[in-house]
Amino acid sequence: MHPAFSVIFLTTLIGVGQGLFLALFTGQSYAAVELLPSQDSASFYGIGGAIAMVFLVGGLIASFFHLGHPERAWRAAAMWRTSWLSREVIALPMVMGLVIIYTVMHYFDLDTILFTTKTGARLHVTTVIGGLGTLATFALFICTAMIYAAIKFLQEWSSPLTVINYLLLGTASGFTLATAFASQTAPELMNFYGIWAIIITAGALFTRGWSLIRNARLKAKSTIQTAIGIRHQNIQQKAMGMMGGAVNTRDFFHHTSAPFMKTIKYGFIVLTFIVPVLLLWQGIQSNDGLVLAAAFVVQYVGLIAERWFFFAQANHPQNLYYQTT
Amino acid sequence: MTQLALVIDLNVCVGCHACVTSCKEWNTSGPAGFMSDENPYSKDPTGTFFNRVQTYEVGNFPNTETVHFPKSCLHCEEPPCVPVCPTGASYKRKEDGIVLVDYDKCIGCRYCSWACPYGAREIDEEQQVMKKCTLCVDRIYDESLPESERKPACVLACPTSARLFGDVHNPDSEVSVAIREEGGYPLLPEWGTMPSNHYLPRRKTRLHIHEDELMRVDNPLKKEERGHSEPVDAPTLDDSTSW
Repeated sequence: MHPAFSVIFLTTLIGVGQGLFLALFTGQSYAAVELLPSQDSASFYGIGGAIAMVFLVGGLIASFFHLGHPERAWRAAAMWRTSWLSREVIALPMVMGLVIIYTVMHYFDLDTILFTTKTGARLHVTTVIGGLGTLATFALFICTAMIYAAIKFLQEWSSPLTVINYLLLGTASGFTLATAFASQTAPELMNFYGIWAIIITAGALFTRGWSLIRNARLKAKSTIQTAIGIRHQNIQQKAMGMMGGAVNTRDFFHHTSAPFMKTIKYGFIVLTFIVPVLLLWQGIQSNDGLVLAAAFVVQYVGLIAERWFFFAQANHPQNLYYQTT
Repeated sequence: MTQLALVIDLNVCVGCHACVTSCKEWNTSGPAGFMSDENPYSKDPTGTFFNRVQTYEVGNFPNTETVHFPKSCLHCEEPPCVPVCPTGASYKRKEDGIVLVDYDKCIGCRYCSWACPYGAREIDEEQQVMKKCTLCVDRIYDESLPESERKPACVLACPTSARLFGDVHNPDSEVSVAIREEGGYPLLPEWGTMPSNHYLPRRKTRLHIHEDELMRVDNPLKKEERGHSEPVDAPTLDDSTSW
């Protein structure tokens, strides 16, 4: 497939936003049961939520560049019964809405206690909103990934690993950002977020590596023989029906060389996983916010390469009909 | 239930592209609007087409065969492009099984083209909506046309009648008979899309002549020769019998 930067930015940016929100709410949940020190509502959860919103809005804006008719985008919520894209179109505003409510309630200190249990544990309104936001965030990860995993003849994508990778990669980048954010606003949470960022990044390396190995071993179900229905081992395409190219030759091929693909593959493994883990470790050891910020930036650049490779690696069966590009 | 479809006979297609040009001509002038072209008369011409004729070479030299292969939307019975459409712009008509795009609802997200294994959908890059073969839906029901012309433009244009059009669910239709009796097959059957369009394979006409058919055994002209075929000095009946 031809990697479209609109979709690359959409999926990576909302991944960061979702991951950061999950990190913030994890911090709040731990604080609620007194496993972590509680933080200032406005400066930590409020500002953190606003940063998550910046990424979510960035992703939303990027998505519009993928549409031929962005002014009709509202129609895309119609077919949620059958289309994962439609479900994503519903889930994204839901996440954004809940993150906005969560952020505003924290920033303007509107949080109230819903009830207190006999043991003294308090249930805050923001905990309920955050819990709903967490559910919506997971739903959004699944919808985004299922858009790709649901196309069964794109064998590289059609796997539960696609969903797991979207979930883990988004969460990893969000926790890395949360570590950098916490180093400035809540230093006592830096270790917590940093260690989790390293664990999730390592987990993502495992599952993404697994999908790379799986894809390398894939045997294409469709061949030129099944494509045109002629049983002969030697079939060569001589003409595609056009000479100047068509959408079929532009949208479905990455048009780059094998060495370039290989560079991107090893590049994203280094940038998304190895360098950020080292920087995270270094950052939380030396309590250096700049190093932690660098960890996030490097990981985000790595994720752009990862997503580019994700699209480029998928080999569409229609390419069997366009072999003389 | 009706399922309109094309049956394309690869045995007689000569690759003349008349179906491509007649399709473009009819559909670019139709009520649904034109089909955009970019640089049509300069370098790297490109544009929107519903139908393409491709050419393949099958076999090892010198025993090769050229196969011309027209490809358009196959109007699948289980179209994978339809359920993925987020707006409902892509739909399959219940009454005749034609898969269509509502150009006014399409947001141009291209997801349906990703979900079509055949590459049958092409986005119109000027109008930014997805386009595909309509089986000339604006023509086949047009009662102002004589009944013989109520067929897709490509079918009417084909000089060798390589394209048949009809209801593949009616077992007695021309297309169903052709599929059944001439070995019609679907493309990429492994994905369960159940394409309605079928292709008829190359069929070779071979004469099976045995040697005894070339040399008539009881040819009366050779009666004499047959008599002399026995050796002259062989014992005769007279030699062995005392009458």
